[in-house]
Amino acid sequence: MRHSPHPRQPQRTRHHAPAATQRRPVPPPTPAHRQKPRQGRDHRRDERPLGGDRLTIDVTAGDRAALEVTTAAATLALRGPTTAPATYDVRLTVGEHASLRWLPQPLISAADSNLRQTCTVELASTARLLLREEQLLGRANEDPGHLVSRLLVHRAGRPLLDQQTAYGDPEPGWDGPAILHGHRAVGQLLLVDPQMSMRRSPILLRPRSREGCAVLAPLAGGPALLATAVAPTSSTLRELLDEALTHALGQ
Amino acid sequence: MSRAALLLLADGRFPAGGHAHSGGIEAAIAHQAVHDTDSLQTFCRGRLHTTGLTTAGLAAAAAAGVNPLLLDDAADARTPAPALRAVARRLGRQMMRAARATFPSKDLERLAAARPQGAHQPIVLGLAARAAGLTPLDAAYAAAYENASGPATAAVRLLSLDPLDASSLLAHLSTDLDAVATAAARAADRATAEGVDALPSASSPLLDITGEQHAAWTVRLFAS
Repeated sequence: MRHSPHPRQPQRTRHHAPAATQRRPVPPPTPAHRQKPRQGRDHRRDERPLGGDRLTIDVTAGDRAALEVTTAAATLALRGPTTAPATYDVRLTVGEHASLRWLPQPLISAADSNLRQTCTVELASTARLLLREEQLLGRANEDPGHLVSRLLVHRAGRPLLDQQTAYGDPEPGWDGPAILHGHRAVGQLLLVDPQMSMRRSPILLRPRSREGCAVLAPLAGGPALLATAVAPTSSTLRELLDEALTHALGQ
Repeated sequence: MSRAALLLLADGRFPAGGHAHSGGIEAAIAHQAVHDTDSLQTFCRGRLHTTGLTTAGLAAAAAAGVNPLLLDDAADARTPAPALRAVARRLGRQMMRAARATFPSKDLERLAAARPQGAHQPIVLGLAARAAGLTPLDAAYAAAYENASGPATAAVRLLSLDPLDASSLLAHLSTDLDAVATAAARAADRATAEGVDALPSASSPLLDITGEQHAAWTVRLFAS
């Protein structure tokens, strides 16, 4: 992982995943499921996109590669020297018979921050993916900043999932009964696996709870399950997403 | 074009089946998240700027001539909750029946043949608007207005609200409706050149979750 020499400058900087995992197809002769996944850890312990920053991460799991990427700590969006939004763009590419587990720590939207985040995923038709996104709106007893986040997944060139969320002032109704209704932790877990027989009926997690709930359900455009969860705290959110993953894997 | 066609398409009495759906408000009321006119207005406003913007974008793009089958895939990708996909297709089927009778066109016939189980409703609405000679912006207005008026009307029945309050609430959302319809039409214009990824995909986690929860109820007044 390299740091830009001037990460606070409002110019385009590029953070690379570890060299072993970045833009280097791993061509082992064995099928992907027999490999031990290569593990990449993003060692930015103190990643703090400020107003005006532009961060881009590109990760490619080449054909038949198996790759897992995590981050060492949460990403914290903070108020910067300008009111212009910071941008944080993640681009993931997964080749034929390749597998990517993209499991970063949560993103925290701190008071007065302004961040536009995108995660764009291109999957080959035989690619497998496990992706988790968690967003925490404000630190303890703090109003969140403005966070606009888009998750766009293509599989074999067709759209599989396209969702944009927008939280924090000045978004209309973001904390109201149609969108978050007071919840401060929100997340998704996406599992794409052409080899798995996907369960067809949705699973409701804690449907009568006022302390967070989730749903796990199949997507229309491919062998994919998506869990969507809202919770009052990050720990409850993680519990819900872990529970959803257990169901998704049929355990 | 006839501006009167827009009134017909946006009229709640147009026989397209919308009256049987609450737009998520039945679930929100059951969770006591909506209980009066103020909370109803916040609900309608949040829904309008999320799913309302997304459906208005799809309707405008269909009216602008973007390939309806690509739009149907784009609508699926923007509707991760299976219960809400099923509702969108059921409403699309009903809208198709009404649209073929009122504004027949080859585009509608082709879509009906390609999606016999129903295409997503806003796409059928957009094609009907196109057949009637309306603009993409008109189609966006019809979709956005329906998105807000559906739950407001349903809440009158569910909460025994004064219908005058519901109308007043919709009047207060006029500026929001203008903003959403305009943004949707602009995005549809971009989509004609850049493809469907240029369309809005604004979403709400709670509407997806409660939409599935509501579908699992054994007793309910509205279908969604």
